[in-house]
Amino acid sequence: MAQSQDNTQEPVAGRAPLIVGGYDFRSMTEAVAVPVERKTPVGWWFFFLPSLAMLGLFGVSIGWLFWEGTGIWGLNNPVNWGFAIVNFVFWVGIGHAGTLISAILFLFRQKWRTSINRAAEAMTIFAVMCALVFPGIHVGRVWVAYWMFPLPNQMDMWPNFRSPLIWDVFAVSIYGTVSLMFWYVGLIPDLATIRDRAKTRIRQIVYGIFALGWRGSHRNWLHYERAYLMLAGLATPLVLSVHSVVSMDFATAQLPGWHTTIFPPYFVAGAIFSGFAMVMTLMLICRVLFKMEDIITMRHLENMAKIMLLTGCMVGYAYGIEMFIAWYSGNPYEQFAFANRALGPYAWAYWIMVSCNVLTPQLFWFKKMRNHIGWLFISSILINIGMWFERFVIVTSSLHRDFLPANWDYYQATFWDFASLIGSFGLFFTMFCLFARFLPLVATAEVKTVLPEADPHQGEELVRVVPAGSGVEPAPQAAPAGGGGS
Amino acid sequence: MGLMTLDVPEASAGYSHYGVLARFETAKALYRACEAVRDAGYSKWDALTPFPVHGLEKAMGLKPSKLPFLVLATGLSGAGLGFALQSWVHILGYPLVISGKPLFTWPAFVPVTFELGVLGAALGAVLGMFAFNKLPTYHHPLFRSKNFARVTDDGLFIAIEAWDPKYDDRDTAEFLSGLGAVEVEHVPIGDPAEDSEAGGAA
Repeated sequence: MAQSQDNTQEPVAGRAPLIVGGYDFRSMTEAVAVPVERKTPVGWWFFFLPSLAMLGLFGVSIGWLFWEGTGIWGLNNPVNWGFAIVNFVFWVGIGHAGTLISAILFLFRQKWRTSINRAAEAMTIFAVMCALVFPGIHVGRVWVAYWMFPLPNQMDMWPNFRSPLIWDVFAVSIYGTVSLMFWYVGLIPDLATIRDRAKTRIRQIVYGIFALGWRGSHRNWLHYERAYLMLAGLATPLVLSVHSVVSMDFATAQLPGWHTTIFPPYFVAGAIFSGFAMVMTLMLICRVLFKMEDIITMRHLENMAKIMLLTGCMVGYAYGIEMFIAWYSGNPYEQFAFANRALGPYAWAYWIMVSCNVLTPQLFWFKKMRNHIGWLFISSILINIGMWFERFVIVTSSLHRDFLPANWDYYQATFWDFASLIGSFGLFFTMFCLFARFLPLVATAEVKTVLPEADPHQGEELVRVVPAGSGVEPAPQAAPAGGGGS
Repeated sequence: MGLMTLDVPEASAGYSHYGVLARFETAKALYRACEAVRDAGYSKWDALTPFPVHGLEKAMGLKPSKLPFLVLATGLSGAGLGFALQSWVHILGYPLVISGKPLFTWPAFVPVTFELGVLGAALGAVLGMFAFNKLPTYHHPLFRSKNFARVTDDGLFIAIEAWDPKYDDRDTAEFLSGLGAVEVEHVPIGDPAEDSEAGGAA
């Protein structure tokens, strides 16, 4: 372990530091800014070129789709929704962890989020980009995809706002927009850092334009922090609504296995579960590649593992309760759908899902496994495989055997289905590589606030007689209006 | 106060200097100095830091941001417009009876109304923050100070502007040194010809 100090154990008095390695403000700036400024490391090409190749495959598969039509996919009559929807739900879900880290943990005052929130938010944006491709391309007649938006047209035709599918268009596109704004607002002070350190004219101009002339004025920070807080407050219900709306694409249908009220919370928990797994995968690579083991510490990884354990258990509970309700409802179609899920032609997919999603995180009950880099990496990959299969199982197992046995069929993915799945990973990793190369990977301004010397009342706690937070101020010597040292 | 203080082009007419820029070594020293500057009665001044120093607005005597009221207004506008759009589409624009259900099916309009409300509020928060902070402002006299580049790294600064009624070239600089500033300098405003030549990036 390259980290210089173990901060996963809380000392008897006080709290363990979030950042180790003895950073001050200047060395923190260096640690984050140098990867943006130095020559491209060879390791980066090792990730970027394969990603770019996969992105090329995405382009080819979409081009062929537009030329030939959705017949190139393995869709058939009962299974009209295949990989396109599975990939869409998967990618939207991945995005959710980024918003959880950036918004919900911010509202909960979880300061450890500062080391990972920038990268997690970037992940959200790229995941939403991948997600948005699929509803766009899967409609068959792509040239009329604009019908999804309420645009005045020569046919005097409008979208049906009573349909969850149109709710989805609004939820996901607004989610992408708000995430992008949240991310950019967070980036402004750090872009100003890169601008002020820039040695070349081009860098000064490009980073300068995006930094908007930020100069760290506290009169600006005042509005800035308020805007950030409100964006966090807005993103929190937004993210919960997005995957709830996605789940309603299924839940409002009458199909056994889809028509259930558990879907919104079950989808949200699964989304956060898979998203944290993806953050884990990315952070484990980035912290080594960019030598940030002391900023993204074992404690951050352990906290993420705990959230994966929690959400993994919630997902496992949802699988169990689905089975129970199918039996308890007394509805033979519902009972058949779930028996078919676990024992039918797609049983292999179901058991991959259960073993990856329910069993894998159970090892995180043990501290040793939460601190085991290798296991964290393997489990994060396994969990994302499992979560992809969860969406596959939900989509195909319910569709392929509906009410009439005469309609039954088996969905088999084709080469082009896999090409679009692999290609979407190419888009995601290409974007992430570019982000990690050209933008500060860690929210420097925010991380500086969790360093001990950022506290303007540092050391004052030692002379306090009354406990902090009791409402009684320790009498300051001079100025009466000194702020609370919370 | 607040908004107008940084209105450099108007306020600076007739002044040869922007003011005094002082750097402090620690957040604690800056906090104490801000309290002292506030108590000395200065009004056209600012603290400039690489990260938001917790509670500094109290030490500076700043009022809370009014941004939440704007966000409430834009959020409600977004939700209202969203609801109006859907109602118009289903009652007047494209009235389709589906499964014998009424045209004004308001519960089905809730998700899109909510999403558009969030969009309105988020746009209000971001664009409102830009407007309140006058961003983008690519030119500012402070950028003329070499030392000031540290403001996005580790520099904790106080700048007192020359058009503050209490400002005095010598006394204000001495006052800031007395508060524990490690570096104090006078920042020029710069002439217009040089400004236009300086180009895009600050």
